[in-house]
Amino acid sequence: MMGFLMSGVRILVGTRKGAFVLTADGKRERWDVSGPFFAGWQIYHLKGSPVDPNRIYASQTSDWFGQTMQRSSDGGKTWEPVGNKFAYDGVPGTHQWYDGTAHPWEFKRVWHLEPSLTDPDTVYAGIEDAALFKSTDGGQNWNEVPGLRQHGSGPKWQPGAGGMCLHTIILDPANAKRMYIAISAAGAFRTDDGGTTWKPINKGLFSKYIPDPTAEVGHCVHRIAMHPSRPNTLFMQKHWDVMRTDDSGDQWTEVSGNLPTDFGFVIDVHAHEPETIYVVPIKSDSEHFPLDGKLQVFRSKTGGHEWEPLTKGLPQKDCYVNVLRDAMAVDSLDKCGVYFGTTGGQVYASNDAGDTWNAIVRDLPAVVSVEVQSLK
Amino acid sequence: MIRVVLPQHLRTLANVGSGTDEVTIDVSGPPTQRALIDAIEARYPMLRGTIRDYATDRRRAFLRFFACEEDISHELPDSLLPAPVVSGAEPFLIVGALAGG
Repeated sequence: MMGFLMSGVRILVGTRKGAFVLTADGKRERWDVSGPFFAGWQIYHLKGSPVDPNRIYASQTSDWFGQTMQRSSDGGKTWEPVGNKFAYDGVPGTHQWYDGTAHPWEFKRVWHLEPSLTDPDTVYAGIEDAALFKSTDGGQNWNEVPGLRQHGSGPKWQPGAGGMCLHTIILDPANAKRMYIAISAAGAFRTDDGGTTWKPINKGLFSKYIPDPTAEVGHCVHRIAMHPSRPNTLFMQKHWDVMRTDDSGDQWTEVSGNLPTDFGFVIDVHAHEPETIYVVPIKSDSEHFPLDGKLQVFRSKTGGHEWEPLTKGLPQKDCYVNVLRDAMAVDSLDKCGVYFGTTGGQVYASNDAGDTWNAIVRDLPAVVSVEVQSLK
Repeated sequence: MIRVVLPQHLRTLANVGSGTDEVTIDVSGPPTQRALIDAIEARYPMLRGTIRDYATDRRRAFLRFFACEEDISHELPDSLLPAPVVSGAEPFLIVGALAGG
C-alpha cells in the first residue's frame, strides 16, 4: 500500500498575509503548523518541484512593493529571494479593459507557479496581465513564452473581477511538448510544440455573459484539473458550468449534472481514480459563498454528471466563506487526501478521499492557495 | 554616506536586521534621487522592483519619499537631494502609504 511507504505530507498554504507550511505523517491526523513566512505579504501561490520536493517556489506580492519571488531549497524552512523581473517580450500591445477599450499590457503579479516535471531549476509562472513566463535557472531570470500572447486573440482578452490572470498551468506528463493554460477571462489554450505556438481550446463552452456565448475566446475559466494517467482528459470549473474534455480540449461537454449550483472556483481529481473529481459549489457570481450557509464539497465518481455532497466535518450552517481557484489539492497517499482552504482562514483536510473532513487550522488569514506534497 | 530609512517589509526583505530602521548608502557621483535608489538597489539587489517599477522606472504609487520634513516624492529623479540628506544630518525616508487591511 502506498500509504505505508509515505512518510508524510506537507501542505503549502498561501494567504493574504503570509505563507504557512502544514506537515503531518502518513496518517494525516496530527498537524504541525509553521509560519507565517513573508508575514504581511500576499502569497498567491507556492509549489514544490516534483523531482526535488525540497525545492519550493513562492510568489510574494504587495500593493506597496510589487512582486518578489522566493525560493526554498530545504522544504520551506528557509527562503531566499530570487529574480522578480517580468518583462513582456517585445512591444506588449493591448488587451480589452473592463469597459471594452484597449488597455496596455502591464505586469501586476504572479498568480501561479508550475515547476517542471523533470528539472527542479525550471519553473513556469502565470502572471497578471495574462502571460506565461519561464525560468530555467531556479527563478533567477524569467523570460516570456511569447507565442501565447502573440497568436492573435490577445487584443480580445479581458480581465475578470480579480484581474486578467493566467492562473492555471498544466504540464502533460506523457508529452513534454504539450501544455495547457487558462486565463480569466480569455479561456483555455494548448501548445503542442513546447510553447512556440498555441491554440484556443474553448469549443463547447457556453458563456451567456459575453456577446457571443460560443466565442473562440472570452470565457472566464476558473480552473482546470487533469489526472496524470489520462492527460487527454481535462476537467474545468468555469465561471458557471463544470466541463470535461476527452480529446485534449478540442471539444468540451458540460458535466454539471445534479450540482445544486455549478458556479465555483476549484476543481481537482482523485490521485488514484481518474474519474473521481471534486468541486466546491458557490452560490453565484454575485454571492461568493456556499448555498444556504452550508459548506459542501461535491464528489463525482463518474467523471461528472452524478454528484454527491460531502459534508461530514464541514460547517452546515452560517458558513459564508469562499474557496478560491488555487485553494484545493490532493495528495497521492492511499487513501487519497483532499485539502482546501477558505477565505475565512480555515484549511480543511480529508484523509479518506472526502468522506470525512477536519479543520487543520481555523484562523489563518484568507487562504489564496493550497498545494500538497506527498513526501517519501 | 546617506542615511536611508526603509519600511519594515523592505528591511525584512533586504535582511538588514531588526536593530535599526536605517541603512547607510554611499552614492558616487551627483547625489540625486535616482542615484540614491540605484545605489540602494546595487547594495540590496532583492529590492529591485520594490521601490521603482521595473517597466516604468517610476516610484511605486503606494510609496513616498520624505526628507527634512518635506514630501519630495514628486521631485524630478535627477534633482539633487537636500543638502542635510547628503551630509548625513537628515535621513531619506522611504514610506509606505497608510492603506489597506
